[in-house]
Amino acid sequence: MSFTIATTVDEAVAAMAAGARPIAGGSDLVVGARHGKFPLPTDLVAIDRIATLRPIETTADGSVRVGALANHGELEVNATIVADYTALADGAALVGSPATRNVGTLGGNVMNASPAMDTGAPLVVLGASVELRSAEATRMITVGDLWTGPGRTSAAANELCIAIHLPARSAHAGSAYLRLEYRRAMEIAVVGAAASVALNDDGTLAALDVALTAVAPMILAVTGLSTFAGRAIDDALLAEIAAMAAEQATPISDVRASDRYRRHTVGVMARRAVAAAADRARGVNISVPVNRAQGIGAAR
Amino acid sequence: MNDDGVPGRSPRWTMSTVNLRVNGTTYPVTIDEGRNLVSVIRTEIGLTGTKEGCDDCECGACMVLIDGRPVNSCSYLALQAQDREITTVEGVMNGSELHPLQRNLLEEGGVQCGFCTPGMIMSATALLAANPTPSEEQVRIGLSGNLCRCTGYAKILAAVARTADESAQELAQA
Repeated sequence: MSFTIATTVDEAVAAMAAGARPIAGGSDLVVGARHGKFPLPTDLVAIDRIATLRPIETTADGSVRVGALANHGELEVNATIVADYTALADGAALVGSPATRNVGTLGGNVMNASPAMDTGAPLVVLGASVELRSAEATRMITVGDLWTGPGRTSAAANELCIAIHLPARSAHAGSAYLRLEYRRAMEIAVVGAAASVALNDDGTLAALDVALTAVAPMILAVTGLSTFAGRAIDDALLAEIAAMAAEQATPISDVRASDRYRRHTVGVMARRAVAAAADRARGVNISVPVNRAQGIGAAR
Repeated sequence: MNDDGVPGRSPRWTMSTVNLRVNGTTYPVTIDEGRNLVSVIRTEIGLTGTKEGCDDCECGACMVLIDGRPVNSCSYLALQAQDREITTVEGVMNGSELHPLQRNLLEEGGVQCGFCTPGMIMSATALLAANPTPSEEQVRIGLSGNLCRCTGYAKILAAVARTADESAQELAQA
């Protein structure tokens, strides 16, 4: 029966060791409670004033450490994220409204583990790892190992997400995220796809990662893409990628779309994400988010 | 839903007395720890300009500024706002003089039932503070978390554009 404000990570993890749940912006926790989805936790520790959890910094080894409190509004305009981890900026820019982007943090988004989260597929294709801290230890875990189901993670209740780490990017690399949407704001992805493309000097494919949004219990990493290395990025390749994405998706039918519609459109989104990521890898300037730059998704 | 209109409230919560700073005035309030900011602003502090619409972060009627940034106060714990600067629609006026946005909303016919207006003003205030000369697209994005069910969007956009034009002219003359 307490609400405390932590100003250091140590204070926060101590409170969590005693049973408190962390709250940053509250955009999942408070909305969920007010919906009656789940009651507010009895003990809360506010982490939004821990200054060390806010910066987005490039580290000595060239990777980027995104503090857990970096919010979506910061991610969509941060120069490093926009330049090198563009898919993450694309996803952050599509979330909610300016108000929700101000309040919603990347750490909260990651730990909420929604299979429809717009930053999830970008984090998968960018190879992100999550830094978890408890009163006893710190550990790193890939996002793929963190997410275990819708709203579920492998993190222990006493572990606080303190940062998301993004590995250094290769020279000729680009990434993109886009989604199918029925309206342009306050929307949740019907389906979405992120792609990360690295090119060889001759313009052929060196490496490809694709991940899909809202077509499985978790963000889904498409497998079997390594066989495409060395191929030219042309319509034939894009069609094969679209087919693989559609085949590996296991969507449900709900109020937003049928499973058949999701399966088809996620292939389309995957193809377009790969094409946009490849264009960016070639140096083509596609502004953030791709959805707006290319008129994908809801029309005006 | 319980007596004070706070669904999800739990009797397990204890009461806390905190200071909330709204429009430059500090208000001590004694509230239970699960209270959302909009209910405290309206019922404890008595500033009823801020509206509660969807109670779900969707409609923007409850928009306030916290340290200058727009926040949906329906889904923000009041206790998290302590020691921060909260601005509501009552705080944008200059004494008894309307804020240019308020005046232009009236003059452009951007107010119909008026329920969305305070939230629109708060989002537009934050937008124009960050970007005094927004494009129409930027205005649309800036207001994208605010619903108007009278569907007066065109006139609201015109009012924000006119406010931006006026401040650009003032800057040019200064």
